[in-house]
Amino acid sequence: MDSSFLISQSDKRPMYLQIMEQVKQKIAVGDWREGQAIPSIRQLAVDLQVSVITVKRAYLELEREGVIVTHHGRGSTVAAGVDVGATLREAELDQHLDQAARLGTIMGLEADELESRLRNAVDRVTEKEAV
Amino acid sequence: MNSPAIQLQGVVKRYKFFTLDNISLTVPEGEVMGVIGPNGAGKSTTIRILMGLVHQDRGEVRVLGRSMPADQVAAKRDIGFNSEDMRLYGPMTIDWHLRFARSIFPGWDEDYATLLLKRFGLQREQKVKGLSHGQRVKAALLTVLARRPKLMLLDEPTTGLDPVARHEILRELTSAMAEEGRTILFSSHNTKDVEQISDRITFIDRGRIIDSMDKEKYLDRWRRLRLEIPSGVLVPAVRGVVGIKQQGRLAVATSSAFDDELPGAYERAGVRVQRVETMTLEEIFVANVERSREEVDA
Repeated sequence: MDSSFLISQSDKRPMYLQIMEQVKQKIAVGDWREGQAIPSIRQLAVDLQVSVITVKRAYLELEREGVIVTHHGRGSTVAAGVDVGATLREAELDQHLDQAARLGTIMGLEADELESRLRNAVDRVTEKEAV
Repeated sequence: MNSPAIQLQGVVKRYKFFTLDNISLTVPEGEVMGVIGPNGAGKSTTIRILMGLVHQDRGEVRVLGRSMPADQVAAKRDIGFNSEDMRLYGPMTIDWHLRFARSIFPGWDEDYATLLLKRFGLQREQKVKGLSHGQRVKAALLTVLARRPKLMLLDEPTTGLDPVARHEILRELTSAMAEEGRTILFSSHNTKDVEQISDRITFIDRGRIIDSMDKEKYLDRWRRLRLEIPSGVLVPAVRGVVGIKQQGRLAVATSSAFDDELPGAYERAGVRVQRVETMTLEEIFVANVERSREEVDA
């Protein structure tokens, strides 16, 4: 039983997305290594107390993203040569950028105004780090 | 592929003030089916027909490959059934009930029964009449679970339970699914329970099935779109949108057939899509019942 997995009820995202993220985190921190077998769909469903179909969907999407490899009838393993840490950060950055773009649209900002504000933000952060 | 654990085809049952109307439903072996619907929708009647306790007026019912109600005696060996009005016998102890169940069902697993007693915080010597509601529900479910039946038909197994007891029941139901080839059909008002442990979902309202399908696909089809409508722009009718609520410049659209093209249909008409949100089963449940009643009443 893997007790480090947890479905959060206050997390508004669908359960399969939460499972995907946690699998990626396990790989990113090195708990699960390249080529290592990961729990079967049914086993993870029992551990998380969620339906088999939800875990199946998470595994399918992870396979599509190239994070895991599913061998027919022999379960799934962590794919070779994926930098999940980088992928996770990429996804997080995109999320924040989307959020900024959305807010900008609501405020009626043009794209170049947003761009210059992003540049200012970069300057602020680098200044802080230089101190 | 194995034959389905449950198959209903064109099932009709008429009562004076209620009709179960042309129900068709399939549950493949090895899956959990969650049945949701308002009070009086026909959930219990459907479960009773599956169990052979109520006989349909019309239509075909097959459970574990057997025709119901004709072959109900044989089918019931492999079905575990529980409902609120399945009362345990008040003056007797939990142990008496367990010994009774063990004497009837050859598949009884005494070790598992002992484990469940511990997990549920129950004592063999306790008399049923001294138990709380939650303890009674757990004791009744224990007699079903310890048989390890191929099919469990559970009518509202978590109703009236505190969060801890609910969690315990859900845990045992999902654990049961670790063994391949077991099937569960349960009804609930608690959409969270259904969303969490079901592979498939069936919606019943006023004796009719509104939807019955794969849970992931089902949740994926529904979205809420937050719209901003510039002045002078009219919100177009968009296919797949089942409801729209507008107040001033802001509107919320609900879609039951969402795809990536849908926001574009609004954008092309000059409507700004601020956000696309996923919906919980509870939100879908309410939207769906409202929509279906509008259609019927129209």
